[in-house]
Amino acid sequence: MSIAESEARLLSTEHTGDIAGSRMREAFRQLRRNPVAILGAALITLFVVVAVFAPWLAPHSPTAGDLSQITLSHVPGPSAEHPLGLDTQGRDELSRIIYGARASLLIGVVSLSLGALVGMLIGALAGGLGGWVDSLLMRLMDIMLAVPGLLFAIAVAAVLQPSLRSVMIAIAVVNVPVFARLLRASMIGQRHSDYVLAARSIGVRRWRIIVGHVLPNSLAPVIVQGTLSLATAIIDAAGLAFLGLGSADPSVPEWGRMLADTQQYLQSAPQLALFPGLAIVVSVLGFNLLGDALREALDPKLRR
Amino acid sequence: MVLLSVEDLHVTFSHRGRRELRAVDGVSFQVEPGATVGLVGESGCGKSVTSLAIMGLLPPRGAHVKGAVRFDGEDLLQLPPAQLRALRGRELAMVFQDPQTSLNPVLTIGRQVTEVLERHRGLRGDEAKREAAALLDRVGIPDAGRRLKDYPHQLSGGMRQRVMIAIALACKPRLLIADEPTTALDVTIQAQILELLKELVADTGTALVMITHDLGVVAGLCDEVHVMYSGRIVESADRRGLFGAPRHPYTTGLLASVPRLDSPRGVPLRPIPGSPRDTLAWAEGCAFAPRCTRRVEACTTTAPDLVVDAVTRHPVRCYNPWPPGGEPVATSERKKRLT
Repeated sequence: MSIAESEARLLSTEHTGDIAGSRMREAFRQLRRNPVAILGAALITLFVVVAVFAPWLAPHSPTAGDLSQITLSHVPGPSAEHPLGLDTQGRDELSRIIYGARASLLIGVVSLSLGALVGMLIGALAGGLGGWVDSLLMRLMDIMLAVPGLLFAIAVAAVLQPSLRSVMIAIAVVNVPVFARLLRASMIGQRHSDYVLAARSIGVRRWRIIVGHVLPNSLAPVIVQGTLSLATAIIDAAGLAFLGLGSADPSVPEWGRMLADTQQYLQSAPQLALFPGLAIVVSVLGFNLLGDALREALDPKLRR
Repeated sequence: MVLLSVEDLHVTFSHRGRRELRAVDGVSFQVEPGATVGLVGESGCGKSVTSLAIMGLLPPRGAHVKGAVRFDGEDLLQLPPAQLRALRGRELAMVFQDPQTSLNPVLTIGRQVTEVLERHRGLRGDEAKREAAALLDRVGIPDAGRRLKDYPHQLSGGMRQRVMIAIALACKPRLLIADEPTTALDVTIQAQILELLKELVADTGTALVMITHDLGVVAGLCDEVHVMYSGRIVESADRRGLFGAPRHPYTTGLLASVPRLDSPRGVPLRPIPGSPRDTLAWAEGCAFAPRCTRRVEACTTTAPDLVVDAVTRHPVRCYNPWPPGGEPVATSERKKRLT
């Protein structure tokens, strides 16, 4: 980029610096040019495609196993028939990993949507109304935040019946205070802006200002947090499954449980710990990369 | 008949643990229907706070408003919030200083214009859009129909201020308060916007309260001017009186510090010494005394009252005002220096 060009670009970003409409567009433009974002998006796409098309992609059934080849000291490794080998129950490892993406994606998306929705509702109420409503809700959120996330999720999941639904609820609950606090802070930052004053000066009602004016301007950090939280949700889901708090049906393939199941075979079949671990890492990495790139694109202070 | 009557308005800001601050300290003035009134003064003299107090837009906590703001005989300060909201935008409207930040960046222009139409005129859907386009057209935005879909950042500063004016005048309010509407704009655009405001308020019969620090704006626009200093009106006059026979040393100081095309070359401008922060509390004397060139002993003991001057017939708050038609606008001194 020539000096004149970069100067022009500087000027133009300065000119429209605080304007969210152009900020979104500019952010998108920047994302497309950022290799980190592209890589993140590619990993996420891979993850989603695998999850959605699992029945067509998986070479074998994820649940039907052949125990005849399994002994306590030997689990067959990769072969032409089973590219990633068999698991401890004689099931095809690759197929289970492919189907495992479904549980991860489902838990990630549902728990995050639920948590973000409730959290944003609380955050919008607190940030929009202020006063004692704000204090009360935020102290509640503080209490929830005081307990480490996974520990909290374990407690919630343990109280409920063990099932995928419980895992989703547990992770959603953990996400609620994160989104509530974030949206509240963002909205409070917008509450005293000139356009709010201008809207008040033409008699717009209070709830209308909150929902129609302040909220849309406060969403950028929430979007970033959403992407990053999806990664955390996948890890938490794996963690809960690892601890036996996942689905009640042991045949449902979950990456976390697959890791847990191989504990006794770590010496004889280390690949069984490696592959689900890799699957978790890759999917989480995708969301983290995209989230970071998104934050960079949306935050003018981080721009080079 | 008086449209707006501000009576002994006081605004005090207080914050726990800090000294309270008197931003507006007994301001009274009146606005006739269709008239244009200027409130002039430096930053921090309380002119913007006065306008926000009239509109009822000061934060309920922290700002204490006393006195009365009678609009059409009704005291706005006593109105319940819902009724005041119903008046705002319909009967009273405001144009702010910076159109860049006063328009919501994530909403289209059309949405922001139709919002006020929906709120106060009950227009919906296509009807509202048509009216919005007509309004934008009225304030001189070319191709108004297509502009409705634009976002604020796609418009220039001048265009944005035109949109703000369109929104403010959408319901043909009887009073428009313009708080330094041209300060954030390019000089060439300033004149256009002022011309537009002048034309529109004349057409709709809207009374205009013009808040400004720019005496040029006052000269071109206002029928009547109130000069404010440190929360009080120090001189009130009609336009001719203010420019022809300014009495208060602060007024003459403001006039002398404005560059003029007809002033001789090479003569430096005379700014008012000091800054608005070097004030005396009105309880201890005249707030302007520390910066005043005509200070007398009385100035630092008790504050002068706003007294109607016997000669010029306009109120001045000063113990030792310039004689009418005397020295004031610095032109005579410049002439002296030249000869």
